[in-house]
Amino acid sequence: MVILGTALLSVCFLLGVTLGDILGKLIGVKANVGGVGIAMLLLIFARLFLGRRELLAPPTLAGVHYWGAMYIPVVVAMAATQNTLAALRGGRIALLAAIGSVALCVVTISVINRLSRDASDDAWEAENPNTPPV
Amino acid sequence: MLQFFRHAIIENGLLAAFAFVGAVTWLSNVLATRLTKGRIHGSAFAVLIGLALAYWGGALTGGKRGLADLPLFAGVGLMGGAMFRDFTIVATAFEVDPVLAKKAGWLGALSLFLGTVIPFIVGVVIARAWGYTDPVALTTIGAGAVTYIVGPVTGAAIGATSDVMALSIATGVVKAILVMIVTPALAKFMRLTTPRGAMVFGGLAGTVSGVSAGLAATDRRLVPYGALVATFHTGLGCLMGPSVLYLAVKAIFG
Repeated sequence: MVILGTALLSVCFLLGVTLGDILGKLIGVKANVGGVGIAMLLLIFARLFLGRRELLAPPTLAGVHYWGAMYIPVVVAMAATQNTLAALRGGRIALLAAIGSVALCVVTISVINRLSRDASDDAWEAENPNTPPV
Repeated sequence: MLQFFRHAIIENGLLAAFAFVGAVTWLSNVLATRLTKGRIHGSAFAVLIGLALAYWGGALTGGKRGLADLPLFAGVGLMGGAMFRDFTIVATAFEVDPVLAKKAGWLGALSLFLGTVIPFIVGVVIARAWGYTDPVALTTIGAGAVTYIVGPVTGAAIGATSDVMALSIATGVVKAILVMIVTPALAKFMRLTTPRGAMVFGGLAGTVSGVSAGLAATDRRLVPYGALVATFHTGLGCLMGPSVLYLAVKAIFG
């Protein structure tokens, strides 16, 4: 049943966010610490655990996959609700600090990714040719 | 007739948002195929159109939530809000290969650390160059360069003034938008072709919204790997900002 997949996803989400809040409280931070990441890990474990016991019927999988596929449309909606106006009015400090940090991070990412390349990367790229999404 | 349609849209905001975002996405895919022969992904166009619409909405209403401040588009706010964003991000984890994710775990952690410290230093240096000397203001603006959530959380913890907070949030929002726009264009340069590459990117680029939109427009299958790491970014920033980073700034500029 489709709802089983969506329910599994919701339970992982709620548990993850709860644990993230508790973690934040424990280390004295006024924010959720990795709640979404914890939820993702829970979902990965759930898939492995249930998959091994053959408890994931195709409709159940569809109940999760649908929401994963809705991700890009949600991001488009998110972009449409950003405070773009304030960002542009933030002045030179905001603009320069943002450009500077993005530029430095881009270079660092490039360096790390070039240095850490190994044979398994070619295999992944060969198996997953870069095709446009959606 | 038109009045009834308007009423239907306002009463069923979320459903109207589905139809609206569908139309924007369709238009973006047509533009991507016609104008760039598919070299730029349709989602990159869709995000840009979204940002432009957000500017228009903000200019029209003076509100903070872009298009969602117009009553007709209120549902876009729900669809693009934190609940749906995080829910769909978690759903993408279903396609994560645990072996690949585990192998790059330590690189992800290193990237997370660098992704907090590098933007912070840049933010502090720029703020100092523009005449700020107070360690609280310097720390708050630096924290804003990490993400737009780390900025105000740090500022509130160490007692920053509201104008500094606003500047800090603006810095974070500009950064998130920059990451959304720049990522597809610089994907090749950053070697965003593998799950590990995406994890390094997620840690260093920070801001879940920027990372998720940037990767979505680059290669959909990399989204969960980047998001998995990026989601710890705000937490780490909120942890380090008011503590270690503030003390360091105080020691240097105090």
